[in-house]
Amino acid sequence: MDTLARAFSAPAFRELGYWLFRYRRTWRGSIVISIGNPLLFLTALGLGLGTLVDREDSAYLHGHSYLTFILPGILIAGVMQTAFLEASGPVMQSALPRGSYRAAASTPLEPTGILYGHLMYWTLRATQNAVLFVCVSMFFGTVDPARAPLLVLIAVLVAVAFAAPAAAWAVTVSRPSQINAMFRFVVLPLYMFSGTFFPIEQLPVPLQWVAWATPLWHGVDLGRTVALGTATPYGVLVHIGYLSVMVVAGLYVARRTYRRKLYV
Amino acid sequence: MTDSSTVLIDARGLKKVYGRPGDKAGFTAVDGIDFQVRRGEAFGVLGANGAGKSSTMRMIACVSPVTAGSLRILGYDSGTDGARIRARLGVVPQDDTIDTELTVRENLLIYGRYFGLPWKVLRERSSRLLEFTRLSEKADDAVATLSGGMRRRLTIARALINEPEIVLLDEPTTGLDPQARHLLWERLFQLKQDGVTLLLTTHYMDEAEQLCDRLVVMDAGKIVAEGTPAELIARYTLREVLELRFAPGERQTMTDKCRGLAERMEELPDRLLLSTDNGEETLSAVHRQGVQPLTALVRRSSLEDVFLTLTGRSLLD
Repeated sequence: MDTLARAFSAPAFRELGYWLFRYRRTWRGSIVISIGNPLLFLTALGLGLGTLVDREDSAYLHGHSYLTFILPGILIAGVMQTAFLEASGPVMQSALPRGSYRAAASTPLEPTGILYGHLMYWTLRATQNAVLFVCVSMFFGTVDPARAPLLVLIAVLVAVAFAAPAAAWAVTVSRPSQINAMFRFVVLPLYMFSGTFFPIEQLPVPLQWVAWATPLWHGVDLGRTVALGTATPYGVLVHIGYLSVMVVAGLYVARRTYRRKLYV
Repeated sequence: MTDSSTVLIDARGLKKVYGRPGDKAGFTAVDGIDFQVRRGEAFGVLGANGAGKSSTMRMIACVSPVTAGSLRILGYDSGTDGARIRARLGVVPQDDTIDTELTVRENLLIYGRYFGLPWKVLRERSSRLLEFTRLSEKADDAVATLSGGMRRRLTIARALINEPEIVLLDEPTTGLDPQARHLLWERLFQLKQDGVTLLLTTHYMDEAEQLCDRLVVMDAGKIVAEGTPAELIARYTLREVLELRFAPGERQTMTDKCRGLAERMEELPDRLLLSTDNGEETLSAVHRQGVQPLTALVRRSSLEDVFLTLTGRSLLD
């Protein structure tokens, strides 16, 4: 018990405590969004677009309904988008001269503890979003309950894989316009062209190569193959390896950029 | 209760250069300064904007690595024991880092958590500190409803949550109206009475005179004088100052006529200052020269005059 208490009083947990304390004000709204978001997608893409797509059998869908096919994609791409948004704007704001990181840095917390604490918060938020999304999907019968926990784990891995590099970069940024530009020119294209809405095999071959190289495709493909039961050990290893490298590299850079920004 | 012989902050050859190490274009903000702050003392760093005050403060707060020299705080090295030192410091930064999405009390609680203090202790301390800073009535209000002076007092309350041994105040009253400043000074004076060591930067002379037992004057990254306010005034100024204002067209002629009438003369954009041992006599001499100022004022010399003598510039330039 004592060891546990000590662990939870570690600096990073104090920073996590700060973000959770603030979250008390917005958690209700965030849960509504976490449930509403998949509901909207399931209705629009399942009942709307899906009906149109499913009228003819497509070899690319391997016999699955369009809804079953895109559901993991939307989950993973959505988690990626949220991770980017939560780890960019708030990080930039927090690192400004009047930001919360500055307050924390004047206490015994070190930049690394601040980073890890905030990262834990994004991880919890991603877990919340993924769990609710998967629950709504199970209700619609589009996710196999046996595979649901795996899908949540994959979503959390993707969130961390994007949050870490996003934070490493955002802490060096001083203008919101830079974050908007990154969102428009990097995050949105990733969202659209990483196999979220359609199998990338439908793209011209050169574009397929581009898609294979993008980090989000690895997350989407991992989530989809696991959800549809078509995963291969080799594919799973490559995908998890790619995402893990993003986590490690992101944290490596973030530890440095945080220190450089907060200890001028 | 306080042992005035204990040196809490010991800076030797302290230097801060911004820019990459070895970069010739780096900017030297603090250029090899030495000073000691003892327990229970209120120590001031006086200087114009850009003199290196805030850089010095940030190094002492252990959020800015020392480029050269040594800086020991509470017996620890600032470079290697930052966390341990910060645990015993209270910091009131120039840009307050109050969380505007939280209430006044929540700001204290959550800041206290950064120090690993239990909620029970924090609840008790925050009530006491809100009372100390006269913010009890605002405890559950949003920070957005606070005036500038209240915000600064909240920052001070927050800085005291860990019962620090040293409180660092970076220009604590800049931007506040006179009433708010006086209330703040009164609270800081109380802290000093309670034995807390204060280190403050300011570019207000009256603040330094009111609060500081001892101070250093900084200019262009260097310490140019050190002593108690009274010592500095005695050492660097004559007893009195005659301040003269002229009509815009006559300034130059009148100024020329005054030359030689006082031991030292400073021309400021809006007035002429004549340092003298007897202001009334000098004023008579001025009149005998046919000089007709719009206004003439004789006053005692102050730290402002010390600063002018030492740097040739007014503090608020």
